[in-house]
Amino acid sequence: MTSGTVALSDPRRRRLRLGRVEPLVWITPALAVVVFVFGYSMFQLVRTSLRFEGHWTTDNFRITWSDPTFRTALTHNIRLLIAVPVLVLLSLLLSILLFEGLRGWRFHRWALFLPYVLAIPVIGVVFGQLLQFNGLVNQFLRAVGLGGIAQDWLGQPRWALWTMTAVIVWRELGFGIVLFLARLLSVPSDVFEAGRMDGARFFRLHRRITIPQLSGVIVFYVIVEAITMVSWVFNYVYVMTNGQGGPGDATQVTELYIYQTAFQYQSPEIASAAAVMLFGVTLVLIAVFFRVQRSSGVGLDE
Amino acid sequence: MSRTRRVAGTFSKHALLIVASVLALFPVYVMLTAAFKTEEGFSAHPWAPIASPSLGGFRAAVNDQFPRWFENTVIVSSASVVITLLVAALAAWGFAHWAFRGRDAVLGVLVALMVVPPVVLLVPLFVFGVRIGQISTFRLVILIYVGLMLPFSVFMLTNFFRTIPASMIEAAVIDGASSWRVFRRIVLPLSAAPLVTLGVVNLLWVWNELLIALVFLQDDSKKTLMVGITGFQSRYSLNVPAIMAGLTLATLPIVTVYIFGQRFFVRGLVAGALKGE
Repeated sequence: MTSGTVALSDPRRRRLRLGRVEPLVWITPALAVVVFVFGYSMFQLVRTSLRFEGHWTTDNFRITWSDPTFRTALTHNIRLLIAVPVLVLLSLLLSILLFEGLRGWRFHRWALFLPYVLAIPVIGVVFGQLLQFNGLVNQFLRAVGLGGIAQDWLGQPRWALWTMTAVIVWRELGFGIVLFLARLLSVPSDVFEAGRMDGARFFRLHRRITIPQLSGVIVFYVIVEAITMVSWVFNYVYVMTNGQGGPGDATQVTELYIYQTAFQYQSPEIASAAAVMLFGVTLVLIAVFFRVQRSSGVGLDE
Repeated sequence: MSRTRRVAGTFSKHALLIVASVLALFPVYVMLTAAFKTEEGFSAHPWAPIASPSLGGFRAAVNDQFPRWFENTVIVSSASVVITLLVAALAAWGFAHWAFRGRDAVLGVLVALMVVPPVVLLVPLFVFGVRIGQISTFRLVILIYVGLMLPFSVFMLTNFFRTIPASMIEAAVIDGASSWRVFRRIVLPLSAAPLVTLGVVNLLWVWNELLIALVFLQDDSKKTLMVGITGFQSRYSLNVPAIMAGLTLATLPIVTVYIFGQRFFVRGLVAGALKGE
């Protein structure tokens, strides 16, 4: 890790006027901004979550936890986690197909990654239009004789969250494909040649050889996407439901709950308590990641 | 295995890829074609490619507040990306060049900060902004964006700077170059590619950011594209071409960068995973 550093004991270094504090001079601007944006905020967040009308209390947490809307929001975040295995399987399949170098694979890679480059608000508005009762999705379904399942995809409480999950998968898939493909392209080709010589067939070859090569990035992708589903879906929900999490509370998620409690119901204490809990969940996910990484001995940068 | 079986296999692989690509491109196709249709044209032939391009949708978008939102987004994005690159490069050189006590601990904390959801920081930062009277100013938003982009930026550049051969730097130091000189004359010129990559990835994030812009830029004259779009949608709910034209304008810069610099996106987004901790 320190291969590129000039050792501190280099005699010439001592002659510099700044001496030992010099690295601090370089780091300070970045550190100051990070300490303000993260350090100060986290401190104030915890403080706000533990205070009410001038005294210390844990009531905010109790109130938030017993708020049915908060529970609903949390449940929805957990349901969104179903997208993670779907994303992993689809990314694996498509990245392997791209890796096989079929004709036109570069174009397909370009096309499949494009959704990840588009802004979520843009995606949200376009899908909002497509998924309306008279939108193109339903027109297509009617045209192919599936008119029976045509419906207002984002307007039905029963289907709204599933529809949203599908939109999230549509966008996040690009990241997984490109990630896995980049890893595959960095594997020495003789690893695969050996498998092919044995006459291994598609599924066997990839299960025995490709997937073990990918285990490090798969773990990484699972954790990144799990964190996304738990704490980065605000944009989708806000744009596709006009900031409501509707219909009813069918697509309410924790981030939107925090946003609404803080800025629509003017209750920063409750919002802060919810934010602390959300952050706690994120921390647990990261801890799991590092644990898995260490115990399986799978480095990401083998 | 038999030849027919192999042909069938290749065929189904192609078919799968084509279906996936069509699904990925379809919403973009609808956005682009609808933007150039008239309202009647769109409701009559929503699927069709553009027969006779109409600029009515774009006219509606431009006559609305799109130019202002666009300008605001350009100001906020470019300022925060440039400042981030500068501050991150300085810090990364500090981390890569000197071995000081606590360095790895600080770097470890930075890596962990990458996953802090912005919504967690929202309430305290907003309260702070109100107290110092900086709501609906670009200054505070740029500062927050820089803060949120720094952990990944510092981490990525530190990793890169560490790959610069120590011999190159030692040679310059022996010649009596100050560390600032080494940084400017050796490190920065060698880092053009990672700096561009980082700039592109950060631009992608900042251009598309909604939550912070929504909360901190409430004044109509300060709204960014992403905030504007969400309101625009409900105002023009019946005029689909106008909405799609607006979205096309909002997406154009990023997609242009993507078309010409795909490898920078890929490299930057993959860097965190493949070189990561």
